[in-house]
Order: sequence, then structure tokens, then C-alpha cells
Amino acid sequence: MGKIRTPYLLLLPGFGFLFTFFILPILNLAQTSTQTPVGGGDTGQYEQTFRFQNYIDAFIENKEQFARSFIYAIIATVLALIISYPLAYAIAFKSGKYKNFLLVLVVAPFFTSFLLRTVAWKQILGEEGFVVPTLRSLGIISQSTTLTSTSFAVVMGMTYNFLPFMTLPLYASIDRIDPRTLEASGDLYANAFTTFRKVTLPLSMPGVVAGTLLTFIPAAGDYVNASILGSPNTKMIGNVIESRYFKIVDYPTAAALSFTLMAAILILVTIYIRKAGTEELV
Amino acid sequence: MSKKSVDAAIPTIPLTARFQRWFGRNLIRAYMVIAFTYLFIPVAYTFAFSFNDSGKSNLIWKGFTFRNWQNPCGAPEVCSALGNSIKIGFLATFFATILGTMIAFAIGRHKFKGRSTSNLLIFLPMATPEIVLGASLLSLFLVFKINPGFWPTVIAHVMFCISFVVVTVKARIASLDPRLEQAAMDLYANEFQTFRRVTLPLVAPGIAGAALLAFSLSFDDFIITNFNSGTVSTFPKFVYTAAARGIPAQANVIGSGMFFLALAIVIAGQLVNRRKAR
Repeated sequence: MGKIRTPYLLLLPGFGFLFTFFILPILNLAQTSTQTPVGGGDTGQYEQTFRFQNYIDAFIENKEQFARSFIYAIIATVLALIISYPLAYAIAFKSGKYKNFLLVLVVAPFFTSFLLRTVAWKQILGEEGFVVPTLRSLGIISQSTTLTSTSFAVVMGMTYNFLPFMTLPLYASIDRIDPRTLEASGDLYANAFTTFRKVTLPLSMPGVVAGTLLTFIPAAGDYVNASILGSPNTKMIGNVIESRYFKIVDYPTAAALSFTLMAAILILVTIYIRKAGTEELV
Repeated sequence: MSKKSVDAAIPTIPLTARFQRWFGRNLIRAYMVIAFTYLFIPVAYTFAFSFNDSGKSNLIWKGFTFRNWQNPCGAPEVCSALGNSIKIGFLATFFATILGTMIAFAIGRHKFKGRSTSNLLIFLPMATPEIVLGASLLSLFLVFKINPGFWPTVIAHVMFCISFVVVTVKARIASLDPRLEQAAMDLYANEFQTFRRVTLPLVAPGIAGAALLAFSLSFDDFIITNFNSGTVSTFPKFVYTAAARGIPAQANVIGSGMFFLALAIVIAGQLVNRRKAR
């Protein structure tokens, strides 16, 4: 009798907490998203009128920022994958006794504050930094080109900041590959590229999927990189939600935007997992 | 084998193959050097500029000084923000680790109805963008007329840390050899004794790792904190607000200090593990 109850007793406090401070807020957010301002009320006063048009209005008004969020997040995720894969591979297979040390080195930069590192990039790439004058004197960029306040800087910042979320799952799944499978592939006259395509990559797919999700989801909702490294022209949906909340106190629009963002991410992620999980990687 | 035969064996490998191998090995090395340089550029920059003899705005190099390190609280509000971050971090870690570990034991050790739903409930907060978590929790607090501030921030941090604790501890539980517990039972330990003397010590490194992860997530969080902290400042919030007008060098001191402290903890943990493994 007691045995059957044990798991539920263990779950109760934690799930009670998650229900109150995660599920309930999400339901409340859904409720807020269809409200409209109280006629003649103060700013920030809203009443429930089930106005689903809020969603359409919010989306149309901010479709540019939505598109930007997803494009930036996808580019940053792909870049992080391209940078991380060889790194994770090298740590897993080519680092010998330095493996643990190198893993610590991958995580180490993330012990300095996320915001400090982003601000550091801003100053390195900024007018007073050493990169821009060097590139200008070498004639690689023109005198008027800047690196900060551009979409390049925002995407670069996102790629950098979410890199360990990509590298660590990749490493975990590449490290689990038995090196003998790679030898076997070579013995069967596959060249290095074929071995990678037919053996290493498919076996590391769980890491690729986990890494891309862990990078893409926070990247799509991020607004810190866009506001530190970007300009008004690089605003992402996170910036809009933030300013709706704090500057305009337009809770319904902020809620509708949050929900649209969450739904869009969930749909994309579901499609992606289906594709990555079922389709044969040829 | 004599030295001569070794020497004789080398030329049998074709020169192109040897070059390819040399190239391959050094290409990987070069790649790793570039990748780690990229990873460490902002850290090195932050560290270097912690020695800058700057006034209020730490943008341009003005000369070397130890003054910022001697007086890290010299800039207004840096240390109170840091203090809040540490307090919030400890409280959030404490509660998230307890709640999360209990859930991890329930899911990892028991078969029960609703187990897959439980897994989903753990996964969902991790799959929700931070801005949605932060905004929705703030809406709830506003409905109940709770002003954002210190405790709402602690609650918010516990909420998003729980899932990470569960995942970390669950992985450790899954890697345990069930025969160890069976052996304890065979030696007449009762369930509680087995748990306290065998299971818990074996899971402890996982719990410690989860607590470290929770603390670093809480300490570094900006988005959710920004929504729920009201006028209470935290270190990331301080940096964000200061970013517009230039960050005082003392913030670089604290960031660099955090870096070395965390590095020391991780390396100490690895050394302890290695000694245990012996």
C-alpha cells in the first residue's frame, strides 16, 4: 500500500510548485491574451472580452520581428552546429588524456556572466575596439562600415552565447560512439567522408537534435543580444514583448505575442523531431 | 625489436599518406586552438579590462592598476547587486535541489501511472522560452497583487531550475548498479538504511552537480529575473542597465573572480573524482 503511494508523495511538493508557478501562469497568460482595455479605465486595466483578434493584430503588427527572431535563431543554431561539431568530435576522439581538461575549457567561459561577455563583444567589435580599425586599415571593410548595431553582431552574439548548449550534448553522443565502428567502416573501404556520412553522423544524431533544440529555443526568445549588440533595426520578438510589458503596459498584446512565439516554437520543434527521428539520413 | 628495424619500417608508409596524417592531426589541433581562442576572447577582454585605470566608463584602455581588484565594491551598487544574486542563487538552489531530487527519485526509481506525463511536465519548462516563463509568472503575480521583488524572483528561479535538477539527478540514478542496493538488502539493511547508506551516497555527486548547475543558472539569469524582480537589482541586471553608459571596471573584477572561483571548484571536483577512482 505504502509502496504505491511513495512516488506520488515524492512528486507532490515539486509538482505542486510547478503547477502553481508554471502551469497556472501559462493558463493565466492565455486568459490575458484575449482581454481588452477597460473603457474609461486607467492604463494597465483590462477586462476579459475573448477578443481573439488580439492574436492577429499582434502578429500582423510584429511579423517582421517574428521573422527576424526565427531567421536569426536558425542561423545562430546552424553556425553553432558547424563550430561545435568538429570541436566535440576532436574532444571525444582526438584529445586522449586531456579530454576532461578540454571539456572544462569549453564550459569555463560561461562562468563569467552571460551579460558581461555580451558587453565584452560589443566593446571588442565597437568603434573603440581593435577589430574595426584593423579591418578598416586592411581595407577589408569600408570606412563607414560598423560591426556593432548590425544583424551580424546579434547573430554572432547569439551563436557565441549558446555554444556550450550545442557542444555538450554533441560531445555526449559522439563520445558514446564505439571507435571500432569507424574502423569497421574503413575496413569496408569507406573513405573518411563516407564513414562520417554513413556512420559517425547518424550515430551522433541524438546529440545533434538535443544540441540544436537547446540552442534554438533560447535563441528564438532572446532579446539580450539584440538589445546590446543590435540596433532598432534588429529588434526581435523578445524585445517587443519586453517593451509591451514594461514601457507600454499592453499586457494582452504581450501575452498574445508570447503565446504565438511558444506555439511557433513548439510546432517547429515537433516537425524537426519527426524529421530527424524518422527520416533516413542519406 | 632493434632500432634498425623500426627505422626501416617507416619508409614503407607512402609519403603522401604520412603527409595526410600529419596534416589531419595538425588541422584538428589548429582548429581547436582557433575554437578555444574564440571562446576565450570575451573572457580575456573582461579580465584585461578589470585592470583598467578607468573612471566611470570602462571603454578605452587608460593604464594598468590594481585598484579595482583592491576595492571591488568601489563602484556604487555593484556589491549590493552581487549580494542579491548570491542570496537568490543560494535560496533557489536549496529549494530547487530538494524538490527536483525528490521528483528524480520518483521518476527514476518507481513505475507508476502518469510517469510519462511527469516526464512531459519536467520537459515543458525547459522547452519554453525564458521570456514566456518570465512574462507569464509576472502576470500571475500581478493578478494576485503580489509586487515583483526578492521572493518572486526566488520563486521564479526555483521554477526554472527544478527541471534541470531532475534531469541531472535522474541521469545519475539511471547509471547506478541496482545490484548494490540488492546486496545491501541481502545483508539485512532495511529500506531506509539501504537508502541512507548506499543509494544516497552513490547519487550524491549527481545531486551536487545539479546544485552547482542550478546555482549557475540562477546566478546568470537575466530575462526571467528582469520580469519578476521589480526594483531589486541582481548582478546581471546591474550589467544590463550599466551597459548603456559603460560598465565600471569593478564589474569586470567580479566577473573575472567568478570565473576563477568556478574554475577552481570544477578542477577540485575533478581531482576528488580522480582520487576516488584510484
